[in-house]
Amino acid sequence: MIDKFRKVAMESLAVLLGTLLMSGPAFAQVDLSGVWGFVRGQYGQENGGGSDIGDFTGIPLNDEGRAVGLSFSAAQWSEPERQCQYYSPRYVSTGPFALNIWSDTDPVTGKIISWNMGAWIDKDIVTVWMDGRPHPSASAFHPFGGFATGTWEGDTLVIRTTHIKWSILRINGVQHSDRATMTQYIVRHGDLLSMLTYFEDPVYLSEPFVLSSVWQVNPKANSIRTSPACEPINESPRLENTSIVPHYLPGKNPFANDYARYYNLPLEAAQGGAQTMYPEFRKKLKDVYHYVPPEKCTRYCCDSPDPAVKCIRDGSGQVR
Amino acid sequence: MKTVLRLETALTHSPPRRGGEFGRVLLILCLLSLCPRLPGFAQNAPSAKASAPIDLSGYWVTIITPDWRERMVTPARGDYLAVPLTAAAQKIADAWDPAKDEAAGEQCRSYGSPAINAAPTRFHITWQDDNTLKVETDYGMQTRLFHFGNWKPPAGPATWQGDSIATWELTGPAPARKSGNLRVTTTHVRPGYFRKNGIPYSANVRMIEFWDLFTDPGGTQRIMITQQIEDPEYLFRTWITTYNFKKEPDASKWDPTPCSSRW
Repeated sequence: MIDKFRKVAMESLAVLLGTLLMSGPAFAQVDLSGVWGFVRGQYGQENGGGSDIGDFTGIPLNDEGRAVGLSFSAAQWSEPERQCQYYSPRYVSTGPFALNIWSDTDPVTGKIISWNMGAWIDKDIVTVWMDGRPHPSASAFHPFGGFATGTWEGDTLVIRTTHIKWSILRINGVQHSDRATMTQYIVRHGDLLSMLTYFEDPVYLSEPFVLSSVWQVNPKANSIRTSPACEPINESPRLENTSIVPHYLPGKNPFANDYARYYNLPLEAAQGGAQTMYPEFRKKLKDVYHYVPPEKCTRYCCDSPDPAVKCIRDGSGQVR
Repeated sequence: MKTVLRLETALTHSPPRRGGEFGRVLLILCLLSLCPRLPGFAQNAPSAKASAPIDLSGYWVTIITPDWRERMVTPARGDYLAVPLTAAAQKIADAWDPAKDEAAGEQCRSYGSPAINAAPTRFHITWQDDNTLKVETDYGMQTRLFHFGNWKPPAGPATWQGDSIATWELTGPAPARKSGNLRVTTTHVRPGYFRKNGIPYSANVRMIEFWDLFTDPGGTQRIMITQQIEDPEYLFRTWITTYNFKKEPDASKWDPTPCSSRW
C-alpha cells in the first residue's frame, strides 16, 4: 500500500515538474539586470556633439514650448543653482549613457520589489517600484528620478513615471515642465534591450513625444550606479552675486535661425511642432518651400568607428 | 508516437529494481518536456496567422524624431552621421550621383529593406495568406513579404526587399503564451543605399528585426522595430537602431509615391 502511495506520489510529482518544465515563469519576469552598453547608431548629433540651437525638428512642441526653447541660453547651466541640476528620467532615451539595471528583493518573500536604473553622470537613479504601491499626490515632492512604478505585460516591463522635475527635452534648451509624465515599454531580445518612451507634457507639447532606443549587454563594463557628488563652483564670474538670469527675450535669440540656415530648412521645419514628425510634412517642404539639400555636408558629417574613415566629425568643419 | 508506446511498454513490463520509480519519473518528465517538440505534435501546428500573439495588421505611420535631417529630407552629400560605415562605403557614397541612378532605372536604391524602416513612410500590413505577412509602403510603393513556416527562398536575382523569414517569438505564461514579438531575418537583398545620399549596402547585407507591439496610455497601438544590420563590406560593425510607428484608423493618409533618386 505504501509502495503504491509512493508510486502515485512520484508520478504526480513528475507531472507537476513536467508541467513546470514546459511552462515559462508564472509571472513574466525577464531578467533585465546587468550593464547595457550605449549603442551609437541613431540620435547622431543629439547624443554626439549635441543638437544645434534652434533644432527642434521632430518634437511636437506647442507655441509655449517653442518660445521657451528659443529663450534658452546655455549660460543658464553656469548659474550656481543650476550647476548640479540633473537631467530628468526622460533623458535616458536619448542620452549617451550605458544603463546599469539591478533589482532589489524583499528579504522575506524574495520577490522583486523594485528595478533600479542607474545614474552614471548627470542624472539620478530611477527606482521602479514593482510592489503595487500607488503614486503620491500630485503636490508631493518631485525628486530628480521622478516616481516610477512598473508592471509586467507579457515580457514587457511597463514603467509609469510621474513627479518629474522640470528639465530639458533636448540639450539645446527645449524643455518639459514638471507636469510631464512618462510611460516606458522595455523589452529584451537576447543581448539587446529596447525601450519605447511615451512622454506627455500638457504645458509644452501638443502631442505625446514618442522615442525608441536600444542598448546592448556589456558584461565587461564597469558602469557606476550613482552619479558622483556634484559641487557647485563659480564658472562664470559675471553670474556671481548678480541678478542676471541668462536668457533671450522673444525674437532676440541670435542663434535661432542657425540650424535652418545650415541645412537649407525653413524655420517652420527647424522649429518643430507635431507636423514635423509625420511623412506628409515632406509635401510642404517640397511644394511650398522647394527644399534643396545643401551641396555637401560641412559639419557633424559622420561618427564612424572605422579609423580609416576621414570626415568632419564635429562643428569645426575640419576633416579628422 | 511509437516511441512513446515502446517506452510505456518498457516501463510497464520491466522487472522491479532499485531506483526504478525514480527512473520512471525521469522518463515521464522527459516525455512531457519533449512531446510538444516531436514531429507528430507539430503536424497540426496552427498557421502563423492563427498563432499570432500580436495583431500587426492595419495602417501605420512612422514617427520621425531622431536623425530628422537624415531621414525626413534628402541629406547633404557626405552626411553619414550615425552610420558605422567603412572607408570603402565612404568612397562610394562620396561619389553618389542620383542622375546616374535615374539613367540606370535604379531610383529605388534607397527603398530596400535595410533602409525602409527608417524612411518617411506609412505601412499597410495584411496577411497575404496564412503564413505570409505582407508589409506595403506608400513611400516608394514597396512590398515586403515575411514568410513563416518552412518557406524556402526561390532561386533568382536578389530584390530590393530580399528574402525575409519570420517567426513568432512567444512569451508569457504557458501553455497559452499569448504575448510575444515578431522576428524577421532578411537576406538576398539587391545592393542599394542605407540613405538617400548614397551610403551603400552590399549584396551580403543581413538584417534581423524584432517587431514589438504596445498600447500607449491613450489607447493607440505602437510598433517598435529593433533592427540589427550586418554588412561585411560596408559596415564597420553591426548597425543597431530602433524605429517606431503609430497605428492609424484608416487609409485616409495613405499616399503612394514612386521611388525617387533625389527626394
